[in-house]
Amino acid sequence: MNESIISRLSLGPVQYHWTREQLLDFYTSISDTQVDIVYLGETVCSKRRMLKLDDWLGIARELSEAGKEVILSTLALIEAESEILSMKRICENGQFRVEANDMASVHMLEKIGAPFVGGPTLNLYNQKSIEVLAKSGMYRWVMPVELSRKTFMDIRNELPGGLETEVFAYGRLPLAFSARCFTARAHDLPKDDCQLRCIDDPDGLLMKTREDEEFLVLNGIQTQSAHTFNLIAAEPPGQAKIDVLRISPQSRDNLDIIHHFDAWRNGCAADTDVARMMEEMMPTGVCNGYWLGEPGMNRGSVEVPLPG
Amino acid sequence: MELVCPAGNLPSLKVAVDHGADAVYMGFRDDTNARHFAGLNFNDKRARDGIRYAQERGTRVFLAINTYPQPAGWPRWEEAVDKAANLGIDALICADIGVMQYACDHAPQLNLHLSVQGSATSAEAVSFYHDHFGIKRAVLPRVLSLKQLRRVVSASPVPIEVFGFGSLCVMVEGRCLLSSYVTGQSPNTYGACSPASAVRWDKTPRGLESRLNEVLIDRYADGENAGYPTLCKGRFHVHGKTGYAIEEPVSLNTMELLPELLAMGVAAIKIEGRQRSPVYVEQVATVWRAAIDACQKNPSGFHPDPAWQQVLQSVSEGAQTTFGAYHRPWQ
Repeated sequence: MNESIISRLSLGPVQYHWTREQLLDFYTSISDTQVDIVYLGETVCSKRRMLKLDDWLGIARELSEAGKEVILSTLALIEAESEILSMKRICENGQFRVEANDMASVHMLEKIGAPFVGGPTLNLYNQKSIEVLAKSGMYRWVMPVELSRKTFMDIRNELPGGLETEVFAYGRLPLAFSARCFTARAHDLPKDDCQLRCIDDPDGLLMKTREDEEFLVLNGIQTQSAHTFNLIAAEPPGQAKIDVLRISPQSRDNLDIIHHFDAWRNGCAADTDVARMMEEMMPTGVCNGYWLGEPGMNRGSVEVPLPG
Repeated sequence: MELVCPAGNLPSLKVAVDHGADAVYMGFRDDTNARHFAGLNFNDKRARDGIRYAQERGTRVFLAINTYPQPAGWPRWEEAVDKAANLGIDALICADIGVMQYACDHAPQLNLHLSVQGSATSAEAVSFYHDHFGIKRAVLPRVLSLKQLRRVVSASPVPIEVFGFGSLCVMVEGRCLLSSYVTGQSPNTYGACSPASAVRWDKTPRGLESRLNEVLIDRYADGENAGYPTLCKGRFHVHGKTGYAIEEPVSLNTMELLPELLAMGVAAIKIEGRQRSPVYVEQVATVWRAAIDACQKNPSGFHPDPAWQQVLQSVSEGAQTTFGAYHRPWQ
């Protein structure tokens, strides 16, 4: 029988543009949850400034006092010099570890000599590339969302000792980044004068096909899946030995989702009722194809996997 | 300023060389490169013939091994790097840092270029690849404004190559998984976007419909020009409105910006289109050779010849062109 481990739970960075109040309330509610790790900061668009770095650091201190490992995440797409400067300030914060989401931040963190998490957009698809960054100070690898269970297992079996693994376990999948803002485009506004209209869409703006199929979600310069990935409905607890499971925040039901993941990581396989309940928390349906080595939009098996 | 032209096969390579390319870029016939299309690219013999043809005429040859291997496929990428080293190419275009490390360890004589698929958009990111792998050049994603590009070029430790013309990725190259979300195959994993094997065309009473793995990408009324169903270039519903929610079918054309690109020190202009025909390569290479020569001779008096622009227009997607991100409102 395979030895299983109890994964830690992380909360990924909020990918949407929420109000200051929403963000503050949300993180206050996280303090006494079962989440072990919290990633903070704006990773999608530098124009979203509801919280400044000092605000984020304040939240970080509170969560840290509540016993959470706190990580500051950097922007995935860097274009302007001002974005380089804010990224530099994050890397040099001196208190909290950083998730690098671009090679520019990797470069800075390596120069400083600060250990870092390698975010999902660093494109680390094999253990050879992970080894390169492990030498640069990466202590945790977040798997790109398009990779499968098989690839995860192949990589995990070959990883340098001590390196942690993290998998995107719940949420709408971040699929693409662009220089253009598709939310602004949907409102016929130029990006320069976008009026931060993404504030209207706390779970992103739904894009349907002309047959009314819920297809993708526009979140500013980011495009996401309309459907929600849920590892609980695709994997028995413990077996893949994933060190950290990432829950990507959505506008509601976060505490329930955390609760379900906590039960699951402790060996309580989800039954059909739990899977159905979780599906009701998703803005549209479920998509687990990537983990199964299929097109990401595929729903995946309707059977709930049992511990083997 | 160098002109770098696409060579999807031997005939394309030859016309690119004959019509003024300073360098051509090519790939092997598998998923190790980002134009992994049926019938395209080079086997060993063709690669050897092509490289000889180009180098004898003073044209350099770059080889793209610019997808991201997973453990199960890793030996194929190693083999591709080994083959490239034996072929005597002038540079290897890579994206994956594991592949770059392998090239440094096993074929240190190879010049490495960072592929556009590496998603480096700042001098700091380019510096990472320079420090670790001694890259000699970086190709930038098509996302920066002129001002942003100027900063990268001036601060970068290596010369910068940018796209001048061809089909436009609206997403950051290397950061787009839309294709695998729909079909299971993406540029990163498989070297293809919206692969032809997943495309279906249906004539219906509602119009001509294009589908990608059953997802409706677009529907054309009678008389509308139907384009290839690249999934970001379809028409969708957002907020009850139907339109090109992500991007119109359009090609990038930066010819008017040549004097600015030259002045800021861009080292090379890359032409997209290894999947296009030799006729395309001949037309585009001819026009860009003439344009770069004219611009270098007299940058301040440079104006694109309307005849050149007409040629480029005629081979563009949807017969439309854009400055892309170089044009501030676009970004």
